[in-house]
This record gives sequence, C-alpha cells and structure tokens, in this order.
Amino acid sequence: MQAMLTLLSQYDVLGAFWVNIQLTLWSALFSLILGVVLVMMRISPIPSLRAFASGFVEFFKNMPLTIIMVFMLLGAFVQLRFQFSSTFSSNFYWLAITGLSLYTSVFVCESLRSGINTVPLGQAEAARSLGLGFFQTAGLIVLPQAFRGSVAPLGNTLIALLKNSTVAAACSVATETSTLMKTMIEYNASSIVAVFMIFAIGYVILIIPIGLLTTWLSNTLAVRR
Amino acid sequence: MNRLAKRIVAAAAAVVSLVAMTGCGSSSEETSGPKITIGIKFDQPGVGYKQGNEYTGFDVDVARYVAKKLGYSEKQIIWKEAPSAQREALLQNGDVDFIAASYSITEDRKKVVDFAGPYFYAGQDLLVRSDDTSIKSAKDLNGKNLCTVSGSTSAQVVKDNFAKSVQIMELSGYAECVTALISGTVDAVTTDDIILAGLASAKGGGVLKVLGQPFTKETYGIGVKKGSTQLIKQINDALAEMVSDGSWQKALDAETSGTDYSPNKEWNPPTKFDAEDSDETVRTDTASAK
Repeated sequence: MQAMLTLLSQYDVLGAFWVNIQLTLWSALFSLILGVVLVMMRISPIPSLRAFASGFVEFFKNMPLTIIMVFMLLGAFVQLRFQFSSTFSSNFYWLAITGLSLYTSVFVCESLRSGINTVPLGQAEAARSLGLGFFQTAGLIVLPQAFRGSVAPLGNTLIALLKNSTVAAACSVATETSTLMKTMIEYNASSIVAVFMIFAIGYVILIIPIGLLTTWLSNTLAVRR
Repeated sequence: MNRLAKRIVAAAAAVVSLVAMTGCGSSSEETSGPKITIGIKFDQPGVGYKQGNEYTGFDVDVARYVAKKLGYSEKQIIWKEAPSAQREALLQNGDVDFIAASYSITEDRKKVVDFAGPYFYAGQDLLVRSDDTSIKSAKDLNGKNLCTVSGSTSAQVVKDNFAKSVQIMELSGYAECVTALISGTVDAVTTDDIILAGLASAKGGGVLKVLGQPFTKETYGIGVKKGSTQLIKQINDALAEMVSDGSWQKALDAETSGTDYSPNKEWNPPTKFDAEDSDETVRTDTASAK
C-alpha cells in the first residue's frame, strides 16, 4: 500500500489514464458514426454497397489491432507520408484514434446489426407500405429500435475499446498507461506488484461503472415486445 | 465432404506431431552434465543478439567468459531471453543463474537482486546518419525528430535537459528506430552508447555513427539472485581477469567493428568490481521519470 502511494506521487498516473480516456472518447465518437454508415450500407438495397460493407467488416474484424496500429505508424505515416499534423505527438495521437476507430467501427456495425435483427420484419414492411423511402425507413423506424435493442453489445464494445486504447503504444502514443507501466517497471523493479495493482485497479474503477450503466440502460431502453 | 474434413484433420495432426518431435530432438542433443542458465538480450545487435542458434554481442562474450571461469563449457550454457521488465522476476524465481543484459546497477534494483561487476560503463548517446553534419551534440536536436523504444525514458532525458523542442517517436524496438533513421523519418536514435554502436556495426557500411558524447553514466552489472555472495565473488574475479588478460578489449572491439566507436576512456575498462559495496547510485532513478 505504501509502495503504491509512493509510486502515485512519483508518476503522473492520472494523466496517463486521462490520455486513454480521451483516446476512447474520440474513437467511440468516430467509430459510432462509421459504424452507423456501415450498417446502413449492409441493409441497403444496393448490392455493391452491401458487398463493400461486409468486406470491410470482415477485413477489420479479423485483423489484430496491433497490426492496424503498427500499420498506421509504419505504413501510413513512415511509408506513405500520411500525416495529420507536423507535430509528432498530435500526429501519432490522431493516427492512433484513426486505427482504433476503424477497428471498433466494425464491432459497432455488428452490434447494431444484431439490434436490427430484433426489429420484426413487419415494421420495415409497414414503413414501406406507408410510402417511406429507404433513409426514412432506416432512420425513423428501424435504427431507433435497433439502437435500443443493442445497448448491451454496444456497451461491451465500449469496454473493449477502453482496454484496447492501451495498444495506442504501438502507434507511438507515449503518454498512455501501458507505456507508463513499462517505465515504472524499468525504474521501480522492487515494487513490481504495486505497479501492476495500480493499473489493474485503475481500469476496474473505470470499467465497472460503464458495465453498470449499460445494464441499466439496456433494461430501461429495451423495446418490450 | 466428410472425408475431406477427416483428411484435413489428419494432416493437421501430422504437422503438429512433427513439430512436437523436432522439439524433442533438439533438446536431447544437448550434452549431459551440469548446466548454467544465463539471461541475455536477444534483440540488441552488438550487446546481446540471437541469430538462428548463434548468440553474439558484448554481454554474451562477458557471460561466456564468466561461465568458463565458473567451470562451464560453451555447450553447458543455456541462453535465456531476459527482456528488461522480466529481469528481476527471472532472478528471484531462479529461472536463470545470472543475467548479463545491459543491466544497469541502480539502488532500486539492489533492493531485490544483487549485482556483480560492473563490467562496463555505458552512457546515453545519440546515433545519427553519417552524412548528417547538423547534429554535433544533444543540444542540436531542437526541431529534430528523435526515436527511442517505448517504455524507455531516454528520449525524455534529452527533451528535458538539452532540446526542449525535440519531437519524440517511440517504436517497439531499436531495429525499427534504425529503419526510421535511415528512411529520414527521424534524425537520431538515443539509448546507451554501446547499444547504438552495436546497431551501427550491424547496419555496416558506415551509414550510421555514434556521436561519442555520452551525457549520462550507466553502470552495467551482472545480476544474480539476492544473497549469492559466493557467486558474486567468483564472477568479480572472472571479470577482473577478463579485463587484465585483454579479452575484455578484444570482445569490445569485435562487437563494435566497422564503427569508430570507443567507450568513455575515463570510466572504461572498469578497475573496481565492487557493485555490492559501493553506494554510488549512478542513475538517478526518479529524476527523469515524471
């Protein structure tokens, strides 16, 4: 306990967690947008869009996140010279968010698709018979119900995203928790257990409320049929 | 269809058992008799490096010499990878007999393991492209890009003390940093000078050079399990002999050939092997950590 307090006063642990939270929030926003676009493509009446979206989803779903992150750094930045900013730190930050968003968006898409499966086919048929077009049917009838039905899987995706944000270290984001943990082990080898406990407890503290919130939301929002 | 599936399963089983058998073969080939397990780095050319079944590097040469003096032949040595974060655990659990893996002696580490040596004094330095004349010291890094491996604070030391506006890139290994350096993405790589010299030597052709102006002092010791007083004495005797009979210098020259690197003359070669008694903390453990 004493060792943990000493470590906490020596290192900016909260700052490191804040970096992970920021990475998570930005990636959650972008992956939600991209995920909705993907799921719209997957239920669209145009075969080429459906094929593209399912190809995209299968590709990123089966790709390890570390490889995506290393690609963002060594492929997109070092080889292809793609950069968000000429400042290294913010460039790597946004490259990491791009990688996380691409990876997470396909899980958002799959979660929403499971939500769409809970909406009875009759709903869409009724909407079409009232004369609503594709976007109106999707936006007004199907997706709102799908969102309410997929709160739990979306919450799990968010939890996974928060934990995955530590992989940003592979994209040279040096201020986040897993990098700080490595540094602390390097310089405080005598209190390795305390170092480990700090980060384990930190993530548990962050993640338990997300889990409770999604369970509650999922019960409250679910469409009773 | 069913037959096809069976055939695939059978083929997979065959491959798995084949792999398992190769495992048996290689372990039974080793000679009998007492063994010594030594922890080294596998990924630092010139310091501790594994290529196929060959182990090379200055740390490996030192370990080999020490093992010989302890009475173990080359064939009785079992090399084990000792990544930075696992070194203390490997010693505490008795997984290795000693560790020679660019292991700096620090007060904090002395709380959990004991050290023999030191066998080398390194210092943090910069590796740059040979044709780049704009970087002559760490102060010239303002506005330049610097690479190091993630979890190491060496780049932060440069930023805090020498060049406020240096940009830092952290990659998973030094080999990646060298690739980034050659491609021009970064202008310098920083870590201990002997590791940099090993990288420059491995690259060959004089493409890269070590600046030769170390700005920290790292004391490499041989880590042993806490309380191994007898072993420490034996290792220290072996190290003293290695320096006096010239093997130390020969090993160093061989591992950094092709570069005009020479270690800091004031400190090297070490003359006193008193890591356990000396209170000298060489690395300020927390100054750069925050």
